[in-house]
Order: sequence, then structure tokens, then C-alpha cells
Amino acid sequence: MKLLDSLRFRIATLFHRSQMNAEIEDELRSHIQHRADDLERAGLPRAEAERRARIEFGGQVRYKEESRDAAGGVFVESLFQDLRFGLRMLRKSPGFTAVAVLTLAMAIGANAVVFGVLNALILHPLNVPDAESLYAIQRGNEASSYQSYADYLDLRDRNHTFDGLAAVNGAQAGLDTGENSSRVWLYEVSGNYFDVLGIQPSLGRVFHASDERGDNSAPYIVLSYGYWHTRFQDDPGVVGRTVQLNKHPFTIVGVAPPEFHGTLVFFSPDFFVPIVNQEQVDGENVLNTRAKRWVFMTMGHVKPGVTPAQAVADLNSIGSWLQKTYPKEDEQRTFALARPSLYGDYLGRPVRAFMTALMLLAGLILLAACANLGSLFAARAADRSREVALRLALGAGRIRVLRQLLTEAMLLSVVGGAVGLSGSIVLLRSLSVWQPFSRFPIHIPANPDANVYAVALLLALASGLLFGAVPVRQVLRTDPYEIVKSGSLGKVGRRITARDVLIGAQIAICAVLVTSSMVAARGLMRSLHSNFGFEPRNVILVDTDLHMAGYSGDQVTEMQRRMIDALESIPDITSLGLINTAPLVSGGYKGSLVFTDETADLRASNARADSFTFSISPGYFHAAVTALLSGRTITWHDDKDAPRVAVINQEFAHKVFGSVSNAIGKYFKRQDGTRIQVVGIVEDGKYNNLTEAQQPAMFLPMLQSASSQTFLVVRSDRDPGQLIAAIRSTVRGLDAGLPLYIEPWNKQMYNVLFPSHVAAMALGVLGIMGAMLSITGIFGMAAYSVSKRLKELGIRMALGAQRKEVLMAALGRAFKLLAFGSAVGLLLGILASRVLAVVVYQATPRDPLVLAGVVLAMGLLGLLATWIPAQRALSVDPMTLLREQ
Amino acid sequence: MTDQAQLLPGTLDLLILRAVSLGPLHGYGILLRIGQISGNALLIEQGALYPGLFRLVRQGLLKANWGTSENNRRAKFYELTVAGRKRLRVETDNWNRLATAIGTALAPQSEEA
Repeated sequence: MKLLDSLRFRIATLFHRSQMNAEIEDELRSHIQHRADDLERAGLPRAEAERRARIEFGGQVRYKEESRDAAGGVFVESLFQDLRFGLRMLRKSPGFTAVAVLTLAMAIGANAVVFGVLNALILHPLNVPDAESLYAIQRGNEASSYQSYADYLDLRDRNHTFDGLAAVNGAQAGLDTGENSSRVWLYEVSGNYFDVLGIQPSLGRVFHASDERGDNSAPYIVLSYGYWHTRFQDDPGVVGRTVQLNKHPFTIVGVAPPEFHGTLVFFSPDFFVPIVNQEQVDGENVLNTRAKRWVFMTMGHVKPGVTPAQAVADLNSIGSWLQKTYPKEDEQRTFALARPSLYGDYLGRPVRAFMTALMLLAGLILLAACANLGSLFAARAADRSREVALRLALGAGRIRVLRQLLTEAMLLSVVGGAVGLSGSIVLLRSLSVWQPFSRFPIHIPANPDANVYAVALLLALASGLLFGAVPVRQVLRTDPYEIVKSGSLGKVGRRITARDVLIGAQIAICAVLVTSSMVAARGLMRSLHSNFGFEPRNVILVDTDLHMAGYSGDQVTEMQRRMIDALESIPDITSLGLINTAPLVSGGYKGSLVFTDETADLRASNARADSFTFSISPGYFHAAVTALLSGRTITWHDDKDAPRVAVINQEFAHKVFGSVSNAIGKYFKRQDGTRIQVVGIVEDGKYNNLTEAQQPAMFLPMLQSASSQTFLVVRSDRDPGQLIAAIRSTVRGLDAGLPLYIEPWNKQMYNVLFPSHVAAMALGVLGIMGAMLSITGIFGMAAYSVSKRLKELGIRMALGAQRKEVLMAALGRAFKLLAFGSAVGLLLGILASRVLAVVVYQATPRDPLVLAGVVLAMGLLGLLATWIPAQRALSVDPMTLLREQ
Repeated sequence: MTDQAQLLPGTLDLLILRAVSLGPLHGYGILLRIGQISGNALLIEQGALYPGLFRLVRQGLLKANWGTSENNRRAKFYELTVAGRKRLRVETDNWNRLATAIGTALAPQSEEA
């Protein structure tokens, strides 16, 4: 209690310094008045009495100062003394200071980054009023929130537990504002979306449920604030303007507030349109198709006083009514509630689990860092035992000495924390603007806020206390007399201590991480040069969707042929082809069931294969450099009036016809009954991602299987920049309203390499963390053992020991731990590579470069960590040492 | 006035504790009380009292409250805490032992004669 009181008093004096000054002045003045009263009573006039009283009192200013110091000013002053002394001590050992600050900066920075993401994604997901009671409805038996629009309407109108239910669906479209057209990402939302969420426009108006008067009745756009800023330069005159969305006129009615980015944290739309205009956006009306679950998410606020369980029961009763009324459209309908921000539980659960695991990992890293720094600190305290002893002998209190040591620890932790925090702020900021997939508006909004700063500060202080406390026992035990007399000569332990195990484990983990990150990096490099069944280098992909420019029916293929003809006139183009969806870019379409020609019952269970389906132009295989193994390729004669044909890959031939050789000329059936003849066979390839098992694929003539989605494959040796400009102007010459996306193929493939990139990067970062921990761990241990055995080493040298022997004596243990830990880690890392192969294409540890790299890295790490202690051990001068102690 | 004795270092605190032990007093009152109980034999500069008072408050030996004095003026009143009372007892004993020892040592001894 007394300690608390005095602490409070000191803190109060710190912060109420001026108030305290005033109080002291009051008191001194009161004293003088009382004295003057007495003098006046003795017969002096008042003015004279006061003058005399002041003189008798003595130096007022001096006594005021002294009083203030006596009342607690000393604490602040001695704190500054401690700080100054601490700074001086730290400057005297820059190696130690650098290692400690760097370790702390990385450990605290890692924690701040992970917490920043956790904070943004999980703790503070959506910027809407009453986010606590906002729930998304997902199916009870699967973590999917997709509903049919008709089901959504029934849920909305028949429930008794929600304050309105809104629907939202993500879509892509072409927007033409008059100058040029571009691809945009938008939300199709129910009319009540903004009202259900409680979002007010920052400009103009939002649309409401009353705007919906049937299909395509509400051609309105509400812009997101960010898109208004980038595309329309904050022009307030934009409200009321009519723009072309997929060649349909839409009116911009308002702008959403700046803090609202839609209801998915990682997917911010450019604008919002009413879902009743779905046909104009998607090209096909599915509003009334109950069997089609296409509405991405329904959500609403649970009414006040209603528990989530009650809401689920309410929804489930509607579900069973739907099941009874529409048994054919969809099977079982049960529901569950989830948070909308991370796509319900679909992403929410894994993201939460992943972030929690990361946070734990970061915490462990910090703890390990503290343990290592603790032993470093203990080594320093041992080095300074003479200084400490001297101070104790000269009458310093043990508390005062401990406070000095603790001040140094705090100083280090605060500096380390500040460095770490500023690093993490930079990282979090760049993470927030990072768009991993150039084609998709996916991002992680993780701008640091006050919470992140507070957590970093707390962690810094806590870790300072933690590792600063390690040498406390040492100091408390110090017997000044003994130490000054004999110098320190601690026991040299031979047992395996907990510290050894900890450092060994750190080295092993570090070696695992180094191994796997090297395996991942090598796999990534190899996969950039492996065979995908096509050659993405020197190819420009022109990506457009004719539907977005208003084309339909026969206009589509007609326009596609005109585009091919026009581009062929560009000089230096070696070959040119068209495909509806480029492999390894936008992902192929599976779900095309294939039956043998003899199959009559076209049930899913009778299918021979589930094949990727592509529509291509005759020039595609040539342009993509996909080898034709036998038969012929597609020609322009394979049109609507010709017999249906296909080129298939080897896997398809194996699966459906048993072998490649007898497939040519054979027929297969699709689920709708069409018979298709195989006219050619091409090599296998990768279609959706690099690690997929070999998949069957069929390539259909674009004239027989039209698709408005268009990827033009332009092969040329010309400089991509010039070529892209030439392609753009050529296509614009045909139709300026086509939204275009032009980029080299191998650049667009970044999407499929993304998992490998992330794995390599994450492992690399963790590897660096591990290396840093190992370095401080070994450094701490080596430094401690050298300073403990300095005298012994001096004697050995005096007796003629060689440098090598001295080193072995001082650092043998550290070397042994390093070798043992590295070997164990390398072994585990090789085992872990099998797991890694699932994520990273062609990840294999059977690679001499990887093995050599790991050994080199660990050796370097050991050298780095033991350099300073080794230098110290070697520079022992036996004469000085023996004289001193 | 001139025959007043200088204070030994450290004795002011003891005198303050003693003065306050008889009841709460403000600063000027403490000064008067010390004069009274020492028969005005000690020289204390008035202002020197205050650093001592603040130090004793910080050590938890005194506690202070603002109040109104007999002259109807605002003044800060000091009184002993439990710890202060204990300290006064211990310090008084110490002082007495010291004074006796010094007194004995300085007394004219028979060997000297």
C-alpha cells in the first residue's frame, strides 16, 4: 500500500508540477502572513510587519526549490541520471546494442504486423453502424452463403427476426463514360442494401427498395468514394450523369461515404447497382431461376432482443417451407449465421485460425527473443559485476543498482520497439495498397491504428521488463567484498541446461525454415521455366469481353474474326490466336462431363471424365506453341454448319478412349447429347494451377462454341511496350467501347504462381526471424561463457595454449549446439518439403544447391553470432587479466 | 538571540516530529512550538523548516491537510502518522544514547586531573 501510495504521489508530482509549485508558494506565503500577524500584534504597522516577516523567513526561492526536491523531484532527476548512464553504457558496447535493438525490432515488428492484420480483418472488420448485430446468412450444412434470388426474396419477406435483409453479388462489367471504356468491379445489391446497413451517401442519394419496380427497372449507380476520387477526380457534377454500363444507360445517383468499402473487407467494388438490373450486368437473366444459387450473400441486422439462435430457428422454418413448396429446385435448406466481412465462415474460419496461429507464433518469437536477450543481459551483468560491486560498496542501494540495469533494458526495448513499429507501419501501409492479383480488386486493408501502436508499446515495455529481470537474482546475490577481492569465477557447468535446449531448438527451427524457404525459392525458379503445355514467354494477351461492349449472338464471333484480321496486319507478329479463357490466367472451365459414344443414359455417374473446355481459333495452338501430336488442328471451316469436332489432350484420350493412338476419328458425347468427333490430339498442359493433377481438356472451334470472353494470344519478339500500344490502337480502331486488358502472358500468370510466391516469401521472412533468434541465442550463450571463463582462458593462454584451443574452450559448446541443431533442422526441413510440394510446384529437397545453401547459411550464421565473443576470447591478455584479478 | 545554538545536522527532523507529536500544527505553529519546548535556545531559519516538512511527508512520517488557522487564515496542518510516532520513539532513544555517550565522553574525568 505504502509503495503504491508513494508511487502515485510521485506520478502525481510528475504531472502536477505546476500545481505543486503553487501549493508550496501558498504555504510559504501563509507562514509569512502568520508571522506578520504576530509582529503586528507586537505593535508594528502592517506594512512594516510584512517586510520584517519576509526578511526573517530567509531565501524564499531557495526554500521553494528545496521543498520541491524534498517532496519528490529527486525521482525524476535520478531517472534522468539513469537514462544518461544507460545511454553511455549502451554506446560503449555498440555490438551488443545493435544485436539487442535489431532483435527486439524484428520481434516486436513481427508482432505489430500480425496484430495489425488481425486488428483490421477480425477485430474491426466493417465500418457500418451496429456491426455487432449484422449477420450474413449461410447454409447450415456448408460454409457457403450463395442463395437463389427467389429464395432470398422469400427469406426477406417471411422472416420475423431481421431488420430487413439485403442481398449482394459481385460482378464485372464494362463501363463507358464517354472517353474510354474500362472493366469495373461492382456489387449488384438489393434496393434496400444501403438502408439495411444504415449507410448515408456523401453526395447525391443512394437507391432504396422503392426504386425496384421489376427486372431492369432501376438503372442507377452509386459510386464508391475511392472510385469517385480516382475515376471522376472528386467531381461533384458527376451526380445525375448518364454512363454506359455494358452499353446500357445507367444514371449515377450518388457517392457512398469514404469509410464504406462494401461488405467484404478484401473486395472493394468500384460502384453499386441494383440487383434487379442483373440481366444488363451479367447478360443473362437469372433473377427468377430458383434452382440457380448465384446471389453471393444475404445479410441483415438481427432485431434488438433476438438471439442468433432464435434468428436461425426462424430462418430454418422458412427453409422447411421452401423445401416443401419447391422440392425440385434445391434439396435441403438449413441456415446458419456468420460474419459477412470475410465471406462468412468460408474464409472467416480459416482466416481466424490462421491469424490466431500467426499471432501465437509471433508471440513465441518475442518470448524466445526475450529469453535470448535475457542471457545476453546476464552476460553483461556478469561482466559488470565489478562495477556493480563497487557501486554497492560505495553505498548505492541494491534497488538503485537494479533500477539502473532495468532502465537500460527499458531503453533498449523502447528503442527496439520504436524501430520495429516504424518498420511494421511501413509494411502494413504497403500491404494495404498491395493488390496481389492485378485482375481482381482484392486487397488487405490493414492500415495501422492506435490499437496497433498501443500493442507495440505494451509489448516493448513488457519484453524490457522480462529480459531486464533475468540478471536480477545475480545482482541481489552479489557480495561486493568477494567480487572485488577475487574477480568473478563462476562455476562452469557441464550439464545440458534448459538454456542449451532452448538455443538448440531455435537453431533447429531456424534450419528447418532456411531449408524450406530455399526449397520453395528453387521450386519457384524451376516452375517459371517448366513446360505448361504452352509457351507464355514473348506473348501478349489481350483480354476483353464482347458482352461488356454490347455484342450478342452472331455479332460476337463476327467481331472476334475482325479483331484477329486487324491484329494480323500489325508488323512483326509471328503468330496469333484466340481462346475464350487463357490457361493459368483466368482459370479454365471444368464441369463439362464427357461420355463415350455408346453411353445412352447421360447421368453424371456414367461420365468418363470431367474435362476443361476451351473455345479456340484455328491459330491458337500455333500461337501458344502447344504441340499437335496427331490429327489436324481446328480450321475456319469448322463452323456452325460443319460437323461438330474437337481437339483433345492426351489425358482426355487416355481417360475416354483408353489410348492416344485410337482416339482420332472417334466420337464422344457431352451431357446435352451432342456428339463430337475427335480430329486432333495435343500435348497435356496446366490449366488452372501448377500443382493440379493432369486434367483432361477439349478444345472446340470458336465458330461452333461461341463465347463473348476473348483472349487474343499475340506472339511477337517485339518490345512489349510498343506492341501493347500498337495492339491497343488497332483494337480501339475497331470499337473504342471495348474494355481492354493487355499484358504479357507470363506476367498475368503471376496469379497462379501466387501461392508459391507467398510460401517462399513467408518462409523467407520466418527464416530471417529464425536466423535472428539463433544469432542472439548463440551470441548470448557464447558471450556469457567467454566472460564467465575469462580468467580461465587467460591462464590457459599464459600456459601456452594455441588460439584454436582457446577458441574451442570458449566456444566449443556453441559450435556443438550449432552443428547438432543444424543437422536436425536440415533433416526435418527435407521432410517438411513434402508438405511444401502441395503449395509450390516442383519443390524438391533433392537438390545439391539447396543442401549447400543451408550448410552455408547456417555456417555464416554461426560465424556472425560467435564473431564478437571469439574476438574477445582471443584478445585476452593474460598479464593484464592476472594483474587485475 | 546571539546565544542561540546552531542545529546539528539531522536534528531538525526530530524536532519537527516532537513538536507535532502533541497535536496538529501548521508550519509557523511548529516553529513557535519548537521555540517553546526548547526554551528558544535553538537558531532555526524559518524557511529551512519547509524542505524538512516535505521530506517527512514523503517518507510517510507526517501527513498534511489544508485548514483554517486561529488567525482565520488558510494554512497547511501537519500531524504524525503511525510510522511517524514510531520513528519519533526510535530516534528519541537513539538521541538519548548518543547524548549520554557524548556527554560521558566529554565529562571531566578523574584521570585527567
